[in-house]
Parts: sequence; C-alpha cells; structure tokens
Amino acid sequence: MATVRVREPLRKLAGGRSDHEIDGSTVVAVLGEFERMHPALSGWVLDERGHIRRHINVFVNAERGREDTTVGPADRIDILPAISGG
Amino acid sequence: MTELLVATKKGLCVLEGDPGAPFALKARAFAGEPVEYALRCPRSGRLVASVTSAFHGPKIWYADDATGEWEQASGVALPEGGDAALQRIWVIVAGETDGLLYAGGDPGVLFESRDGGTTWELNRALWDHPSRTDWQPGGGGLCLHSIVPWPGQPDRLAVAISAAGVWLTDDGAKTWRRGNAGLVGRYLPEEDQADSDTLCVHSLQRAPLQPERIFMQFHGGVYRSDDAGETWTEIGSGLPSDFGFPIAVDPTDPDSAFVIPLNADMDRVTSEGRMRVYETRDAGASWSARDAGLPERDAYLTVLRQAFCRTDDGSPVELYFGATSGDVFGSGDGGESWCQVADRLPPVHSVTAIR
Repeated sequence: MATVRVREPLRKLAGGRSDHEIDGSTVVAVLGEFERMHPALSGWVLDERGHIRRHINVFVNAERGREDTTVGPADRIDILPAISGG
Repeated sequence: MTELLVATKKGLCVLEGDPGAPFALKARAFAGEPVEYALRCPRSGRLVASVTSAFHGPKIWYADDATGEWEQASGVALPEGGDAALQRIWVIVAGETDGLLYAGGDPGVLFESRDGGTTWELNRALWDHPSRTDWQPGGGGLCLHSIVPWPGQPDRLAVAISAAGVWLTDDGAKTWRRGNAGLVGRYLPEEDQADSDTLCVHSLQRAPLQPERIFMQFHGGVYRSDDAGETWTEIGSGLPSDFGFPIAVDPTDPDSAFVIPLNADMDRVTSEGRMRVYETRDAGASWSARDAGLPERDAYLTVLRQAFCRTDDGSPVELYFGATSGDVFGSGDGGESWCQVADRLPPVHSVTAIR
C-alpha cells in the first residue's frame, strides 16, 4: 500500500489523519480509492471525470507525479494545493 | 434592518444596516475563497452559498449562522465517468414550495434541492437535452445564471443560459423548450441573427405581480416578454447603452425594471465615468437615470450579473449593487437616492438582500 499524505482542509475530511495507507497501482487509482474510503473527500481531489483537479499537485516521493505514475507499497504520495490564485 | 450577503472573490461578507447609511460588516466566511453567490432562504432562514475553490472545485454550503459551522451539501456534481466536470455554481434561487431550491451552473446545468439545500440532484431533462451538443459558452463559460420561478405555480419555471438562450418548463422541469423568439444576437453574422440559438442572455427577472412578464438584460439589448418568455420585445431605446449584465424589478410594480448600462461589450465599465442606474416605470417605453448619491465622475465600475438585487417585500423597494471595485451602493427609496453601503471589499460577485 502507498502512503497518501494530506494537509488541511483535506486532513479534516479524511478523519483528521495526515497519513493514509491506500491500495492502487497508479496515482489516479490510489486517489480514487482514497476518495471512496472517505466520502467527505469526494470531488475534492478528483473531478467527475476522474481527473486530478487542475490546481492540485501530486508528488510521489517528492517528485511531481502524474495520473498514470505507477506507485508501489513503499511510495509516498503528497497531495498539495498548487502555487496559484490571484 | 436589512441584511446583505455580499459574495466576493475573497469570501462572503455579511452586512447589516438601514438604508441611507453605511452598513456594518457583521461576519466574513470562506476567507480567501471565491464565493459566487449566497442566499438566505426566505422560508427557512437558512444560509446557502456557492463557493468555487481554485483547488477543490465548486461546492454548495449551508449554515444557519454565517459565523458558525458551514456544512457541505451533497449531490452537487455531474455524473461520474463522463467527459464534463462542474465548473461553477452561478446562482441559487428559492422555489415555490417549502424546502425547494434551485441552483444553476456551468456547464449549463440545473440542480434541485427539496430539503432546503442539504442534498441536490441534477436535473436530467436539461442535462440530457438533445440540443446540448450545440450549446455555445459565453465568455464566462456555459453558465446557467438565471432561474425565475412562477409565483404560486411550482411547475412553471424559466431559466437562462449564456449563450444557449432561454429555456421554459411547465411540468416541473420534466421537459424543456426554448423561449427565444424575438431575441437578436448582434454579435452574430447578419444572416444568422434571425434563427440562431446562440443567444447570450445576461440576466432574467420576472415581475411577481404579473408573472407572465419577464425582463431581460441581453448581450446588447434589453427585452421584455409578456407571454412568460415565449416571445421578446426590444425595450432598450433611450438607454445610454443597452449593454450590461444585471437587471432588477420592483416586486410591487410589474411595469418597473432597473438596469446598469455599461459602455459596450468591448468596454465593460459604466459609461462616461458616471455610475448610473436606469429605471423604467412604463415597461420599457422610457428610461430615466437614477443617480442621486452615486459617483458622478471618474467612476469606471463593472457590476456583474448577480451583483444587483432588491428586497422581496415591502414598499418602497430597497435596491443594492456591488462592483468589482469592492464598492457597494444601496437605495432605500426605489432608486430615488443612493448611499455607499460599503467600500474596500474584495471584487463583488453577487449581492442578495433580505429585510
């Protein structure tokens, strides 16, 4: 299982924990399972099409990850807001 | 005492006060988040707000107290696994039965709630309409921005989409038909203007005492319908510009409408550097400036489509509007005189009022 790490406001929606052990072989599969395990998170990371939201950045072991980036049991996925806004 | 819900680019500001003087800021919610629209439901008193997080997408929230805990509503999403994602909720409107609310958004979608905003359901009839593939978005997206219920008849509803025109239902939103006859898109080639359905409606308001009458601010043109939106008559003659975004009506006078003319679609600021509201009391036959107390010079403001509102009950009607400059103005006497209600707020997306 990969480890998904989140900060606020996602941490609150994910039961108040920062780290979560999640099954999945790609980034998007892990994130989809993460939202299914925590229904309050539904739509906060992935949109209805199943894509990572535009201004969400995902890092796998501190390197930028994409939806199809493969992940393994020892990997850590950080979900962070992008540097954007106005 | 009047309460204003001012939705801004950086949070929701709740103001309270009496017409003729500045209002007090009583609460700020959703700090830093773009709040598109906020409504205090007239029947339940519940606050309902649409917020489009740049990071986490559009959501609807509800609360009894703006300073308290806001709960996220469920069901505000498009069908999973499709090729579209919800972009924004533009407007929330109370329906004609207890607990009934509507929300309109981009891409041209209508949501319905029957429990006061806790849960929502996509209106499939409009979502699955076979003409949808031909709908063209306006500059702000394919936004369903206007929802006008029919007083006392919950099955009758008109909505407007930029730029897919007016849509009407008489069966509780089970079926929809267009209501565009008479609308002319001057932004189209001349040979296409008569029969195109690419119609950029900017705002609709129904006259509550004469519900078959609806006023419209169009993308170049002000219109009136006297047959519940089936056909439209141009009434913008006499305005300094017939371009603008919002429109308001006095609920006690079906011949009334108020618009805020902007220079043109290529220069979306108040004309001649003056902030003026224009009023008709003869259903559009003539228009008069209502600008006492408003900035008279060097005022190049933009008032967005949801940023002009009126109170629903009592006479005289109170009117309020906010600009992207962060200024909010109000009138307690139906537009005869105006006062600055607030300034230095973030850019104003929408204003709603209840007293």
